[in-house]
Amino acid sequence: MTGSSVLFDAPGPVARRRSRISSIIGAVLILAGLGWIVVTLAAPKGNLPGYFDPSRWEPFTNPIVWERIFTVGVWGTLSAALTASAFALILGTVFSLLRSAQTAWIRIPTAVVLEFIRGMPVLLMMLFILLVLSTGTFWAVVAALSLYNGVLIGEALRAGLASLPRGQREAGLSLGMRPMQSKILVEFPQAFRQMLPIIIAQLVVLLKDTSLGYIVGYVELLRVTMNQLATFYGNYYLFSFYIVALVLYLIMNLSLSWVARWVSRRTASKTGSPTPNPDEENEELLKGIATANAERRQTGKGAI
Amino acid sequence: MDAVIENLPLYLEGFGTTVLLLVVSGLAALVIGTLVAAMRISPVASLRWFSTGYTELVRNTPLTLVLFFTAIVLPILGSRLDFVTAAFIGLSVYTSPFIAEALRSGINGVPVGQAEAARSVGFGFAQTVGLIVLPQAFRMTVPPLINVFIALTKNTSVAGAFFVVDLFATGRILANDRGDAVIPILLGVATFYLLITVPLGLLAARLERRWVVQR
Repeated sequence: MTGSSVLFDAPGPVARRRSRISSIIGAVLILAGLGWIVVTLAAPKGNLPGYFDPSRWEPFTNPIVWERIFTVGVWGTLSAALTASAFALILGTVFSLLRSAQTAWIRIPTAVVLEFIRGMPVLLMMLFILLVLSTGTFWAVVAALSLYNGVLIGEALRAGLASLPRGQREAGLSLGMRPMQSKILVEFPQAFRQMLPIIIAQLVVLLKDTSLGYIVGYVELLRVTMNQLATFYGNYYLFSFYIVALVLYLIMNLSLSWVARWVSRRTASKTGSPTPNPDEENEELLKGIATANAERRQTGKGAI
Repeated sequence: MDAVIENLPLYLEGFGTTVLLLVVSGLAALVIGTLVAAMRISPVASLRWFSTGYTELVRNTPLTLVLFFTAIVLPILGSRLDFVTAAFIGLSVYTSPFIAEALRSGINGVPVGQAEAARSVGFGFAQTVGLIVLPQAFRMTVPPLINVFIALTKNTSVAGAFFVVDLFATGRILANDRGDAVIPILLGVATFYLLITVPLGLLAARLERRWVVQR
């Protein structure tokens, strides 16, 4: 349904004109809304200047502020995200293999544990690890994020394994590989490649969720800008710090999202087969899960 | 265990707030998300660009920053909101692009041939969309939508850390009070979350199996 032009007749001159006019009206309304926000922010508040006044942005002329934002804030966020990503990928691999195991007494307990982790808020997990295991905030954040995202990556990989043609496994087995060998050497690399865009999209979520570390007291970008620096300089600059934090998060997340899209295009052109698009993650996951379930019913056994 | 039973009324109060957050912001997000999705496929170019920009912007902003927006920027713009309303707004704005994407991917999942067939037997726009595309898209959309609501349930905990005394905030307060019983208290909180998320997850899985395979 990508070509929505199927839905209606090719527009004639009148319809084209009407669409152009409504497009212009829409643009004017949107711009008016955005303009109102900017004007309200720029207007002086009582005897204080507006929010775009240079005096509100003074701290950013100080290089030490930037140094702190980058070496403590951005680094805190990125180091937690990188460590958690590495662990999440490892855990995801392990979970996907365990959950698609042939023996029921491995598969079923794993499924229960994974559902339990998936149903809990990450924040609660962080608090739990912090208070019960007293690991320190960095490891609490990393452990909770790796567990939670590991489960989701594991699900994606399992769907990828299930959506492979059966011939791949049969070919591996007929070459004399053991089931585990065929799974790791033949099926898994293909599943991983096919699901790579979804995995990267999940890593964007992980990167975003490092900001929950703010709540458990981990020092990352949000804590440095909205708490430490804002307290040091005072509420007068709170808005400016907020905007800087927002822009930095957007730069990090959008570039990672862009990588996901690039990878998806690249794998699609290489394999010549449609690969999942990170934007339509739900649909593709659904398809994979559906295939898995169909397969399960066919063979009467567990997922392959 | 005693710590949980003693404080059951507090738990239930927190649970009520969580459910309230879930229902109100879920409905609001559904409304905003549907509007954004409709703009995204509309023939009016400026609305299409706006919704694309909105989706990209909000999807790449952490929920904590969205909540900070309702706490810092909205008051500057002249809002006089109490904390619960701020939490409603933050959660629904954050959830809306995910709903829009779920709706859009559902509509994109209907094969073009279906619409072409409808057009070729002489159906108009309203008939094609209303009788052919949407009923099929609905099946593709409901399970992902349920998954979005599961995520929202978990995200209400972040609002609890900021504004309102929900299940998570209750758990945190109780854990601070009773340092000797942190594990049962937090497991109690987890149980209440699982009471919402697990049934929803089972429902989504069931609907997926029943609906998607058939087509």
